[in-house]
Amino acid sequence: MKIVGINEKECTMCGACETTCSTFYYKEDDRLKSAIQVEEVEASPGVAIHVCNQCGKCIEVCPVEAITRTKKGIVTINKKTCIGCFNCVGVCPTDTMFWHEELVEPFKCISCARCTKECPTEAIFMEEVS
Amino acid sequence: MAKSIEDMRKSRRALASYDYDQAEVEKGYTGKTLYINISDNTIKSKNVTEQMKDIFIGGKGFGLWYLWNGVKPETRWNDPENEIVISSGPIGGITQYPGSGKSLVVTLSPLTNSVMDSNVGGFFGPYLKFSGWDALEIQGKAEKDIVIFIDGDKGKITIEEVDIDPTASHLVSEQLTELLAENEKDKKNISIVSSGSGGENTNIGILNFSFYDLRRKVARMKQAGRGGIGTVFRDKKIAALAVKFSNLSGRSNNPADPSKIAKTGVKITREINKFDDEQFRMRQIGTANLMTPMNDYDLLPVHNFKYGSHPDAAGLSSDTLRDRFTQNMPDGCWVGCALSCCKAVDNFELKTGPFKGEKVLVDGPEYENAAGLGANCGIFDANYVIEANFYCDTYGIDTISTGTIIAFAMECYENGIINKEITGGLELTFGNADAAMELIHQMGQGKGFGKIASQGVRRMKKIFAEEYDADPAFLQDIGMENKGLEYSQYQAKESLAQQGGYAMTNKGPQHDEAWLIFMDMVNNQLPTFEKKAEALHYFPMFRTWFGLQGLCKLPWNDIVPEGNAQTDSPEKIPEHVQNYVDIFNAVTGKKIDQDEMIRQSERVYNFQRIFNLRLGFGTREHDASPYRALGPVTEEEYESRSERYDKQLKEDLGIDPTEMSITDKIKEMRKYREGRYETLMDVVYERRGWTKNGIPKLEKIKELGIDFPEVVDVVKKNL
Repeated sequence: MKIVGINEKECTMCGACETTCSTFYYKEDDRLKSAIQVEEVEASPGVAIHVCNQCGKCIEVCPVEAITRTKKGIVTINKKTCIGCFNCVGVCPTDTMFWHEELVEPFKCISCARCTKECPTEAIFMEEVS
Repeated sequence: MAKSIEDMRKSRRALASYDYDQAEVEKGYTGKTLYINISDNTIKSKNVTEQMKDIFIGGKGFGLWYLWNGVKPETRWNDPENEIVISSGPIGGITQYPGSGKSLVVTLSPLTNSVMDSNVGGFFGPYLKFSGWDALEIQGKAEKDIVIFIDGDKGKITIEEVDIDPTASHLVSEQLTELLAENEKDKKNISIVSSGSGGENTNIGILNFSFYDLRRKVARMKQAGRGGIGTVFRDKKIAALAVKFSNLSGRSNNPADPSKIAKTGVKITREINKFDDEQFRMRQIGTANLMTPMNDYDLLPVHNFKYGSHPDAAGLSSDTLRDRFTQNMPDGCWVGCALSCCKAVDNFELKTGPFKGEKVLVDGPEYENAAGLGANCGIFDANYVIEANFYCDTYGIDTISTGTIIAFAMECYENGIINKEITGGLELTFGNADAAMELIHQMGQGKGFGKIASQGVRRMKKIFAEEYDADPAFLQDIGMENKGLEYSQYQAKESLAQQGGYAMTNKGPQHDEAWLIFMDMVNNQLPTFEKKAEALHYFPMFRTWFGLQGLCKLPWNDIVPEGNAQTDSPEKIPEHVQNYVDIFNAVTGKKIDQDEMIRQSERVYNFQRIFNLRLGFGTREHDASPYRALGPVTEEEYESRSERYDKQLKEDLGIDPTEMSITDKIKEMRKYREGRYETLMDVVYERRGWTKNGIPKLEKIKELGIDFPEVVDVVKKNL
């Protein structure tokens, strides 16, 4: 499957990925509504990029089976089924199942690749993993 | 039994129906109660007043208020005016914070003849609310078995006769779910309440509340277990209640501040994920995680509460049970509960009874079931406990009372009080799993010695004394009931505070008021009477609060946040207490603090105490404890802890036990312990604002704002 690959050394924290994601999915430029989030950290290289690696740990804790894996291997949330319990947020090993206080349902990266196209430094890119 | 779902569908005959506009949920309340009288098939909507919300909050508070108004002082459990009230509470039904889908059931109990309340999971309470009703109040008695349907999608209530066999609760839940669901996906939108043949044949009938498990594709059940509510249900000839609501969302409860709820919910959900595996393993074993530590600390009830541990306890250890539960399932009894503790055994092949040979899902065993049906009866066999658990649930009998009843019968049998002639051939010795299983079937089916056992320990004592010449004093000592309700499964003997936590209660010895054993006995955090009394004020009030809101107590202290040990009162889990205050405010838009939280409970707690009084109970004499819960009754019991008891005689009483006979040692110990219990009662009553006779003082009820004329009248008559 194709996931968003990360090369944090190249990241300039320009925010293009976050803007692209939140603008496309939530029609507003709010990095906290982006399914990829960049954070300044102390540890080298000083940047952490949080984006789902499609591990699927969230699937098994969803009480209403709203989270499933597509044929292409991508983990998606059916927002009509989701009842907003955030169990998936609590269990996510990479902290990339995001939630926002204005939104009922959590959200995550579905490997649409839009952000990678906007990244000026190739700090994020699509990569094939098994 | 109906031959098929289609036959059942054809058999439906409406006796009454009622169309309604579903009230919107506003900040946790719909403002409406559904009243149904099944004697004359009245169905009507009642307004929930602001005063009710302010004073009684919801859940058990609403139940008590409706019941108070529905019955007279002389009403007894099987009178038509007795009610069954089901209500969740303002917080009930939120999906973001674990343990927020409980229903509270209130009625007059056949065991205690007084007020009973029980807290139960499953989807019914939240779905009832989202269908437009803060509470369901059922009064009257039907002539023939009926089913009440609440269709929250269409806004329609019907009382119907349906060709359904009400004797096996798991089938009632499955069949009615099947009947109402349009397809497999629709089943999660349905919840059924039913009892079983045990509701007809015993005083310890339960109500099973269903919740559909999407992965297992089965309607599972949680139990409103205590005090014979299922017995009242079947006496009213209710076969089942069914609710359907299809539009559940994260905002169904329409809270004032959803973002605060989300923040608080995410915080604790992350906490559970981080710490549960190293703390209580609720997600792996549920409450049965307590089996090993209870045995290790000599607190597991063994042989009718004689002992606190057993060499064979490994047979029911926490890990043994974990290995029987299917792992990595979202086992919440309400959607979204991250603590996920309602574990189940899948594909269990039954060895006995009417479903022998069938492979079934067993909900549990929880701690109480394993401790009561197993350890307390001297049976350390997981297969037995799982099977007994299944049959208790489907017959609709309380596992806690059943465990305590069988353990009592076994001790009576071993003491020659009853024999094979009386038991109809059952050799009721401790550890005899076959005999215990047979007795459960007899109780559930109303046969043989089961007809005596199913009346409960209090009536068994009377029968054994009157008909079999047993010594009533000995029966009183070893019969583990208070107020007529059987003890739940903790060894309280070495914790004075817990002795009060069991018997100085409103409904009887159920650990949901106070569980102070560890604090008192293991951690020695309550060394004085005053500290014990403070704990016996604070914790019963704090725990009452869950029942007003539609909450489960477990996410309060079965997960502990980082840094808790460094707080001023780690036993209260201050961060979690604040979570609850925050959630209440976020749902209702009110602004309470931790003190007001306790006041909310105090109002309802004292009201319930006065309700007991109104029915002829609720005074000091009713808070007396059987001596088995206070200290060693028998020689073997004293000897099992002789080192501890001898030391106590020497250090606390200044008596040198060296030359004393065991009889004298037991006598001295008893005088001491009973004296301490009486002193504790004085101090606790004082702390609660009650008279020496355990009656809330007039100034207390005034201060709490529950000084309604009829409440004042009851108190005045008893002062």
